[in-house]
Amino acid sequence: MELLAPEPVSAGHIYAVTGAILTALGFYAFIVRRHALRQLLAVNVVGAGVFLILGGLGRGPDAIDPMPQALVITGIVVAVALTAFGAAMIVRLAEAPRSPDQGKAGKPDA
Amino acid sequence: MSGAFDLILCLMILGTAGIALFVRDALAAIAFFIAFGNLMGLAWLSLGAVNVALAEIAIGAGVTGILLILARARLLALGDPVHSGDTPTWLWLGAFAACTSFSVLLAATVLSITPESGLDRVVAPLMPGLGIENRVTGVLLAFRAYDTLLESFVLLGALVAVWSLAPARAWPGRPAEPRMADGQMHQVAGASGRVLLPVALVMAAYLVWAGSDLPGGAFQAGTVLAGGLMLAAMGGAIGLPRSDRPLLRAALVLGPLVFLAIGLGGIAAGGFLIYPKGLAKALIVTIEYTLFLSIGVTLALLVAGPPVADSPVPDAGGNG
Repeated sequence: MELLAPEPVSAGHIYAVTGAILTALGFYAFIVRRHALRQLLAVNVVGAGVFLILGGLGRGPDAIDPMPQALVITGIVVAVALTAFGAAMIVRLAEAPRSPDQGKAGKPDA
Repeated sequence: MSGAFDLILCLMILGTAGIALFVRDALAAIAFFIAFGNLMGLAWLSLGAVNVALAEIAIGAGVTGILLILARARLLALGDPVHSGDTPTWLWLGAFAACTSFSVLLAATVLSITPESGLDRVVAPLMPGLGIENRVTGVLLAFRAYDTLLESFVLLGALVAVWSLAPARAWPGRPAEPRMADGQMHQVAGASGRVLLPVALVMAAYLVWAGSDLPGGAFQAGTVLAGGLMLAAMGGAIGLPRSDRPLLRAALVLGPLVFLAIGLGGIAAGGFLIYPKGLAKALIVTIEYTLFLSIGVTLALLVAGPPVADSPVPDAGGNG
């Protein structure tokens, strides 16, 4: 069984392989980057890579499969929901060191 | 499209992704991420997936970019310089080896699969029964409506999760105003927000309508609405609502609830999420319009973030 396509590489394969490299790049950055905001960005790149694999492999010679397209649109929306929650959590974590003092200072007043 | 174009585009995608991931300055990284998202949109266009290209540029590049920029600005204001610390040598060497082999393995696997659009031939003959022509909309709202229904609840759940991060004393207040610090910039944003919000509304309504037969749909339109709302809020043309406002709550749950109700109504026609014959298009358009409104408001509030304590809390607030 051959791994490489015998004919010239199709457009679908070019994008799917790009997606594979993107996924690995994103994972690498996720590991070596030490700031949560940069890791959140890396997760988004991993997601984009996975979407590109899905879309590329659904690209037939004459048409693109509507099924992976719908799946990718769903995925993009879930990814933005995750990013929003992640960003809110990162900001909240940065606030956290102060809030105990504020909470204690605020209680006697109330 | 020609192979050379695809190849150059893919190299540019990898290049912008690499810069976005590894450049030192966080703002430059986010800027390159937005460029990366737009190039991804071009890639989807080149693949022939216009629906996805719209979603990728609007949501993947636009909304995610704004989210990251706002998060960075808030971190800077809190005294976090957003610098990535140094990585020990063993970690990046190990990660590099692992990710390189992962990449090779994944690429080999991907190359062993022949790209195929088999389901296109399955979906195409089923479309006349729905009365719409956009196959992606058909998959999203009829053949795999279950996924989309759950997705609309995921978006709602994400907003609940973001709101749950609000400090107890800030609840139920308003999110932090995303106002521009510079006075003149603020005026420009305000003026364009006032003009663009109605334009965004018309354009979004058109995108939903067009989504039945041409590329478009509820998610793309919802993002356009969210963009208009955010720009108007940045310029102070509209204020952000308190999170316990009944009208706001209604707008948030309207889409998912209408979708769920129509899905349950389908039981009479034969099963959950089955549309009665002849009514399919009317029901799909109804779902899409209500869903678009909810998605737009939800996305705008997701970008705005959780309620903050600094906002003035009216005295009539807590009686719990």
